[in-house]
Amino acid sequence: MNVSGWILALGQTALLILLAPLLSGWIKWVKCKFQNRRGPIPWQPYRDLAKLFRKEVVMAQQASPLFRATPYLVFSVTVLASSIVPAFAVGLPTAVIADVIVMVGFFALARFFLCLAGMDLGTAFGGMGASREVTISSLTEPAMLLSIFTLAMTFTSTNLDAMVLHTLTQPFQIYPSFIFAGMSLLLVGVAECGRIPIDNPATHLELTMIHEAMILEYSGRHLALLEWASMLKMLIFGVLICNLFLPWGTALHLEPTAIAVGLLTLGIKLMGIGFVLAASESVLAKMRLFRTPELLSLAFIIALLGMLGHVILEVH
Amino acid sequence: MNFTVLTLAEQIILTLAALMLFTSFLLLAQTRLLTLIHIFALQGALLFATTLVIAFTYGRHHLLISAALTLGLKVFFIPIQMQKLVTRLDIKREVEVVGNPSLIMFGAAALVLFSYYAVLPIRELSMLATRNTIAVSLAIVLLGMLLIISRRKAVVQVVGFMCMENGLMFAAVAATQGMPMVVEMGVALDVLVAAILFGIFFFQIRTEFGTLDVDKLNLLKEVD
Amino acid sequence: MYLHLAHFGVFLALLAAAVSLPVRSISTGARMAFTLLGLSGLATATSGCMGMLTGCSLNLVLPIGLPWLNSHQHLDPLAGFFLLIVGGVTAIISLFGPSYVIGSVSNLAAARTLAFFTGLFVAGMYLVILAADAFSFMVAWELMSVASYFLVAHDHHKKENVDAAFIYLLMAQVGGLFILLGYGVLAGFGSGFTFTDMQAATLPVHWQHIAFALAFIGFGMKAGIVPLHVWLPQAHPVAPSHISALMSGVMLKVAVYGFIRFCYGLLGTFHWQWGVIILLVGCASALLGILYALMQQDLKRLLAYSSVENIGIIYMGLGLSVLFASNGNPVLAALGLVAALYHCINHALFKSLLFLGAGALINQSGQHDLNRMGGLMRLMPITAMCFLVGCISISALPPFNGFVSEWLTFQTALQGTVLDSGVTKSIIAVAAASLALTGALAAACFVKVFGIAFLGQARHQDTLQAHEVSFGMRASQILLASGCLLLGIFPSAAINSMQTIPTDLLGIGLSQVESGGWLWLTPISARASSYGAPLVLFGISIAWAGAYLLLHPRRRKTPVRYSPRWDCGFGSLSTRNQYTATSFSQPIRRIFRPIWPIDERVDPPSTAEDGGRYSVHVGDWAWEKLYLPLGRMIQRSAKMVTKIQGGNIRTYLAYSFFTLIVMLWIVI
Repeated sequence: MNVSGWILALGQTALLILLAPLLSGWIKWVKCKFQNRRGPIPWQPYRDLAKLFRKEVVMAQQASPLFRATPYLVFSVTVLASSIVPAFAVGLPTAVIADVIVMVGFFALARFFLCLAGMDLGTAFGGMGASREVTISSLTEPAMLLSIFTLAMTFTSTNLDAMVLHTLTQPFQIYPSFIFAGMSLLLVGVAECGRIPIDNPATHLELTMIHEAMILEYSGRHLALLEWASMLKMLIFGVLICNLFLPWGTALHLEPTAIAVGLLTLGIKLMGIGFVLAASESVLAKMRLFRTPELLSLAFIIALLGMLGHVILEVH
Repeated sequence: MNFTVLTLAEQIILTLAALMLFTSFLLLAQTRLLTLIHIFALQGALLFATTLVIAFTYGRHHLLISAALTLGLKVFFIPIQMQKLVTRLDIKREVEVVGNPSLIMFGAAALVLFSYYAVLPIRELSMLATRNTIAVSLAIVLLGMLLIISRRKAVVQVVGFMCMENGLMFAAVAATQGMPMVVEMGVALDVLVAAILFGIFFFQIRTEFGTLDVDKLNLLKEVD
Repeated sequence: MYLHLAHFGVFLALLAAAVSLPVRSISTGARMAFTLLGLSGLATATSGCMGMLTGCSLNLVLPIGLPWLNSHQHLDPLAGFFLLIVGGVTAIISLFGPSYVIGSVSNLAAARTLAFFTGLFVAGMYLVILAADAFSFMVAWELMSVASYFLVAHDHHKKENVDAAFIYLLMAQVGGLFILLGYGVLAGFGSGFTFTDMQAATLPVHWQHIAFALAFIGFGMKAGIVPLHVWLPQAHPVAPSHISALMSGVMLKVAVYGFIRFCYGLLGTFHWQWGVIILLVGCASALLGILYALMQQDLKRLLAYSSVENIGIIYMGLGLSVLFASNGNPVLAALGLVAALYHCINHALFKSLLFLGAGALINQSGQHDLNRMGGLMRLMPITAMCFLVGCISISALPPFNGFVSEWLTFQTALQGTVLDSGVTKSIIAVAAASLALTGALAAACFVKVFGIAFLGQARHQDTLQAHEVSFGMRASQILLASGCLLLGIFPSAAINSMQTIPTDLLGIGLSQVESGGWLWLTPISARASSYGAPLVLFGISIAWAGAYLLLHPRRRKTPVRYSPRWDCGFGSLSTRNQYTATSFSQPIRRIFRPIWPIDERVDPPSTAEDGGRYSVHVGDWAWEKLYLPLGRMIQRSAKMVTKIQGGNIRTYLAYSFFTLIVMLWIVI
């Protein structure tokens, strides 16, 4: 039992939780710059969260205990997911708690409860959001698993830690299948985090909402927890995509300089991916709901292609 | 898995192969004509890059001519001509209605698998590290055919034809490191002529039927 | 010793059947029968558990049966494992049974038949597992089938119930015929009908294929693989709920047991083609099962289709196992087998739980149709909690048990790169993809079930009359739910105790399961994959507690204020504003459109007040494209044969005359 490792692991989890609003703020800021708007400062989400935490909770009379428990559950599951991602160092003791399939399972669990909470009150919006969410997730989840399987087959491991370590310690090489897996994972990330072109995080027009429709009835600290959880989820996806495909810079040993380098490179990578996301959101328009299956099945096909590519091109 | 023993050049070739396959999928997924033509140009560019890499790593300098032809014809000339044509015919935003897009994509994935098995015996013969690219090139050819049969607009069918030709060229370049020069010149000329002929035909079809929908050619049959 | 205990269990089950006949009151009869049934379940579960843990094989020859073939009985780890499933679930369901039967059956004769055939049915299942020769196996198998036919036909005043039961019986008989032929092939090459004789038989390769095909179809018919699944969604909705729980949770597993016994125990050799067939059929069953389940409105029919899905997942595990075994990777074959077996026990638990919950719901609300339920969580909180656990487990979400077995199946599939052939490698890749899709769709399906039935507002007046069920019914659900949680949290312990089965069948166990300590499940190696289920639960609790405590001061300062729901400012919402089961699955119906034969109708409004009508009916392609044409064909050929029956006496005499001549010609 290495104490410093556990402290670092806790520190990493805390850092990811605290960083999550900043990434959202950064994306929003860059997006505004792209669109020639002044835009809120990047740390605006912190202020929003603080405001929400201060506010009173207004809850519908029909709400069941499940409705009240869901924000805490979603938040804690997402926090646990953040603790198993290797963010700036490999070899943290929390990393072996769960592998990447379990992490997908965590997101599915959070979504399961969020959808139920949406249906709890018996309003049309909640049901609509839940119905759309499960539809989209039933297409994204397999695509995500499949693209991860491509990596897992190459690395012969499903542990995120082992995957990152493998890329860092083996001589550099280009895997064609990774290009597919990466593209698919990007598409999936966009869909899972409810970004354009699948869902619009800024929309308040009821008919186009997905994620927003499910949490329409939440307010105050409950809403704050859910918002924070979704920011954290986006950060996890960002870290995952960065570190699975471009892990360089991540600390191999738990020593101060390596960790400092790891933190710095993580920051740069995240800023980069935030920039890409903001750019793509500026040039794309939100898709009609029934066009999204085409995009998501493309993600699925790309992932499948990656896997077949791995079998065809990389295994002799 | 002995992927690690490959040289950097071979890794790049394999990656380019995967990318070419991917562009074929993009062509199948694309519904807008202009983007389709751009993707086709991108595929040409990938073919050009492959030819260059092979020409330099294996010292096959005659491939440079072939590369130049690819660049000139497939990346610039034909796409630009087609783009002009599409603009002139004013069909650039026309959305192609095909069967079930997802179903076609799954069919395409199955074709990739099929071509892998189809070339397994050939694979055994070759000792080159890049022999796996034969499967990819066959898949590109088959996907080009799928593109032709699954679309209505004549422009897309030309793209599909060119896409098949890309696949053949890719096989020639990547798997056997180039064909005799004469053959390559001939193929390039063929493509050029085909493109021009198609261009002329488009206008003919259009003036005759008022549309580029090839299903309308059904009207040409003699017996009802 | 343990084998005797198991036979004592069989005796108790038969006694439960017998004791119900002379009793004059429904409640006494039900209580006595279910008490005996529960005891029999406990006895067989104990013996099965010990049989599995000790890992040795017990044999016994009973002095009954045919003169030249006494009944052979055995108890080896595989039989022990399935005996544990059957016995355990039976014992738990016996808690549920009495109040359910008293609440739903009003007729003494009906109650008697129900209790009688339940006892026979359970005894039949025990005997199938204990049988060690083809003859006792088939007798027990038919006992199981026929007894369950009477249970399905229990409420025989409705025509559709009788039809469903008839289809069930027909398919059970055809399936039984295939199994019999399969045993016949083995016995023909071996020296006798006992399993040991059949094991010793050496078959030519093509006869191996034939025997496999016969067993695959025969057992598949009972297990409900696509396209042999059509009896399931017919029979389950009409049977009483505790019987559906037994049939779906347990009887399907008995069919899986038979298949595993036939393939691993008796045939003993593996061909890669078998693996591919099992794997692909498993994929098809899983995907189609869950897609059809998603479209159902009848709760029990939905659960029946979901059983098809889960059987598909079990078959995928088996297929992978056979593939690896044929390729000479016994460790991975053992992993696939363990994944399949683990899913067997998991499915037995959560599907029984869900059927019992559905029984409680239907009993209380009087509705089968999801579109008429709603808001039941407030009225039946304990049932709702247990049902929620079942939904989470069946959707394969951590930290419950369904996730573990699906995770194991994924881990097995990811080892596909060790196979020699590229063909099988890419088939495994595709299988992994369809398993991922299945899991996601299952979550969608059970969000729908729980959200529509338990959450929201009541959609029908009757639903408002519901109240929490009796102690026994709650207790059985709570037991099953805690079983789901325990198997989800301590998978490494459970899998360690299942080691004896692959050791017995494949000669090798999973040595690495606890290589990283008991907290972690590491099926292949600590590097390749690890899942620390207890730590996951612990981590979620810690994070929850942290968030809760941090917000505590805030919570005291500003308590929750209650107000009406958001109604867009249009005035109060009615219960008809909610999504229904049909509308919830509409986007998926649109995306996967060609999967189902859909009859969708919109009648325009006839008057200004009338809002028009929308109806949608989702059928089953297997039924419309396979069985109905088959039925018509049989009918046509039967009609042709009826021409022989002309009615004219002279024609009949002419038949005799020609028959006589032909016979004479042959003889002479």
